[in-house]
Amino acid sequence: MAITLNINGSAHEVDAPEDMPLLWAIRDVLGMTGTKFGCGVASCGACTVHVDGEPTRACQTPIGSVGEAAVTTIEGLSGPVAEAVQSAWQDLDVVQCGYCQSGQIMSAVGLLTENPKPDDQAIDDYMWGNVCRCATYTRIRAAIHEASSRMEA
Amino acid sequence: MNIRTTRRGFLTGAAAAGAALVVGLKPNGSWAAAHGGAFVPNPFVRIDPDGTVTVILKHFEMGQGTSTGLTTLIAEEMDADWETIQIEFAPADTVTYMNTLMGVQGSGGSTAIANSFMQYREAGAAAKSLLVMAAAEEGGVDAGTVTAEKGTLSSGDNTASYGEAMAWVKEGATPNPVLKDPSQFTLIGTDHIPRKDSVAKTTGTATFAMDVMPEGVVYAVMQRSPKFGGTVVSFDDTAARAVPGVVDVKQTPMGVVVYGTNTWAAEQGRQALTVEWDFTNAETRSTSDMEAEYLAALDGEGLPARNDGDAAAALASAAKTIEAEFHFPFLAHAPMEPLNSVVQIADGKCQVWDGCQFHTVTQGAVGAVSGVGAENTSIETVYAGGSFGRRANFNSDYEVEATMAALALGDGRPVKLVWSREDDVRGGYYRPMVVHRVKAGVTAEGNLDAWHSSIATKSIFTGTPMGDAVVVNGVDVFSVEGVADTEYTIPNLAVDLRNMETPVSVLWWRSVGHSHSGYAMEVAMDMAAEAAGRDPVEFRQTLLANEPRTLAVLNMAAEKAGWGGDLPDGWGRGVAVHKSFNTRVAQVAEVSVTDGVVKIERIVAAVDLGVAVNPDVIRAQVEGAIGYGLGHAMRQKITFTDGEVDQSNFPDYEPLRISDMPKIEVHIVQSAEAPTGIGEPGLPPAAPAVANAIYAAMGKRVMRLPMVDDGIEFA
Repeated sequence: MAITLNINGSAHEVDAPEDMPLLWAIRDVLGMTGTKFGCGVASCGACTVHVDGEPTRACQTPIGSVGEAAVTTIEGLSGPVAEAVQSAWQDLDVVQCGYCQSGQIMSAVGLLTENPKPDDQAIDDYMWGNVCRCATYTRIRAAIHEASSRMEA
Repeated sequence: MNIRTTRRGFLTGAAAAGAALVVGLKPNGSWAAAHGGAFVPNPFVRIDPDGTVTVILKHFEMGQGTSTGLTTLIAEEMDADWETIQIEFAPADTVTYMNTLMGVQGSGGSTAIANSFMQYREAGAAAKSLLVMAAAEEGGVDAGTVTAEKGTLSSGDNTASYGEAMAWVKEGATPNPVLKDPSQFTLIGTDHIPRKDSVAKTTGTATFAMDVMPEGVVYAVMQRSPKFGGTVVSFDDTAARAVPGVVDVKQTPMGVVVYGTNTWAAEQGRQALTVEWDFTNAETRSTSDMEAEYLAALDGEGLPARNDGDAAAALASAAKTIEAEFHFPFLAHAPMEPLNSVVQIADGKCQVWDGCQFHTVTQGAVGAVSGVGAENTSIETVYAGGSFGRRANFNSDYEVEATMAALALGDGRPVKLVWSREDDVRGGYYRPMVVHRVKAGVTAEGNLDAWHSSIATKSIFTGTPMGDAVVVNGVDVFSVEGVADTEYTIPNLAVDLRNMETPVSVLWWRSVGHSHSGYAMEVAMDMAAEAAGRDPVEFRQTLLANEPRTLAVLNMAAEKAGWGGDLPDGWGRGVAVHKSFNTRVAQVAEVSVTDGVVKIERIVAAVDLGVAVNPDVIRAQVEGAIGYGLGHAMRQKITFTDGEVDQSNFPDYEPLRISDMPKIEVHIVQSAEAPTGIGEPGLPPAAPAVANAIYAAMGKRVMRLPMVDDGIEFA
């Protein structure tokens, strides 16, 4: 039975079981590959998307539970917070292998939307669930601070 | 992996290889001409008709920054525009794209910049020289009057873009590359130029193998033996085939493959599969059994790896001695992108899409398994979501599995074989387990006089195609590196090795032998310094008097960290210095201890890797290597119960998280020496520096990794 998902502002028909995780519907069914598979157990954050603006682990979100909620992936990210985060990420060259960075950015946008001026502790607390095996963490902290100041400007 | 050097000049015939097109030349002497094809002056540079300069990368990009580094070398000598220069991964072509320090096309051993530094600079200079000479001839001016900047040639009032000038290059023109003097560099050594992969990787548009979905792709997962060395007896796929989306189930020599219309369906099918295994030749021991065997082996004789003076006699007569026994677990690499590749076998050809690290081996292995031969096997290299060594091995295991899956399906469709994180954590090719005993003796005057290291581990290279080159009299140099080749001057030095056997597959893991030897050496060195009653930095300075470059990084790290200065109550400071891959790194760690709980506060690193091509990439690599090393040292391990891996995924193979990451400062020694590597050398000193800081703070020597297994609690 087809399920309609609202992703990045468009309706997408997905002909898949209700218990299929949103991650695989986005990636394998709809072919949007910016959202990554990292662990499948909500332990690494690589699959982070926004569901009605809330950072959510797509690998543990059955498509049957999404309903009409607005799903945003890295491909659909926009707005001043996203621009501040992505430009800070680029200017500080946060990335190494880059595989986790879609998820890191989705979480960072969630953090700065909720708390525009986080300190290191707030960053660590919020970003704890996003693993980076390259350990780009010092730059992630710095880029979030940088994005925060760009949002003020 | 400095296996062998086969320096190959690319310039021979390079110009002839290019498709220099001279189309619609305008005879008026202005430097504007029409052109209709790409200009390929050599295998490393291409200029497209629209003037876009593209660098062909013989090394893959796993995050280590080579796509930026190699591009820097060509852009520098070519005076190309950094903003617009593009990157492209090279095809599998061993002769053309050989790693001259490895003798194959591949990346590893922190060699990418070291082996490319002159080759890529020469390629850039050669391309530029052809453009300059052609433009001079076209403009009727002396080539010496032509200057180049950001992709534009100038002579007097005349200017031409590279896209224009390339049309004037005549087929067969011979390049005349003249390398810049380092004083002329505008990119090499610049503190920070933007990474070439940053934009794609921050917008979700970078393509990893996981993102390759060719028309008709079939997704697959493989059920492998739960014990290393087990084989399939039989399987029942009735329930698996009933799962919606499962399209087929096949047995291959590596395991049972479940195919689906998407990854999730295939995974659901696998979970419904029942397989009976034959464990006759499988590993069935537990970690405790293996450890007992390692310890028994250490009590017996070892194979000599180094024997200077008479360590036994010197230990017997030493004023003071220390003894230490270090334990290191198996470790999985666990790159962020779970292993996967896409393979299509059709019409006598095999196409592989892969974050390919070892092109020569993969092309050969896939060619053989697919039956089409290496010459009919093409590899499209895409971004690799990390590796840390895992993607390069002599079997090309995961690419071969994908090939077997495609072959078994047998209908010409592309098959993407995806490893789950559980497959990855349990999949072997681990950093081998090690037990390393050290005895050291100091004289009454406090000088280190004797050192005896006894190491028990499984060899990485024995039985591989490179075994003959690096295993000498039974000693795999990668089992003893970092100790047997120590730079410390120790009059009586013995290193010996016991080769342990297990069906568990082992592999190089970021910094290879140094990942454990550096720890044993540097923690035991602190113990020796204490026995000698000397400061840990001053003690090492004496022993490194003959190694000025290593001594300099030690001094720089100590100075930048404020060694000897005050610290808050409950804090401790520790030092470690280690050379690996010809790069010297010293680190000073600071930890705090609150109610017995340790927090790693700060690491100050100093590195000497010769010419620093991209200082910001170098800093990033050192930051990352420290983080990678510390996460494993703190709490990661692979253990076995009755031959089965106890861990399965990140919740029980818990990686370093942002809250664990200390502040890190990286200082780079200014140097004109030939560049060496930086992907790995930042790792070995990190954990021992922290261990020595923990000792300074709380008086506890950490002898067993991960540290949590030795009673250390982290914040």
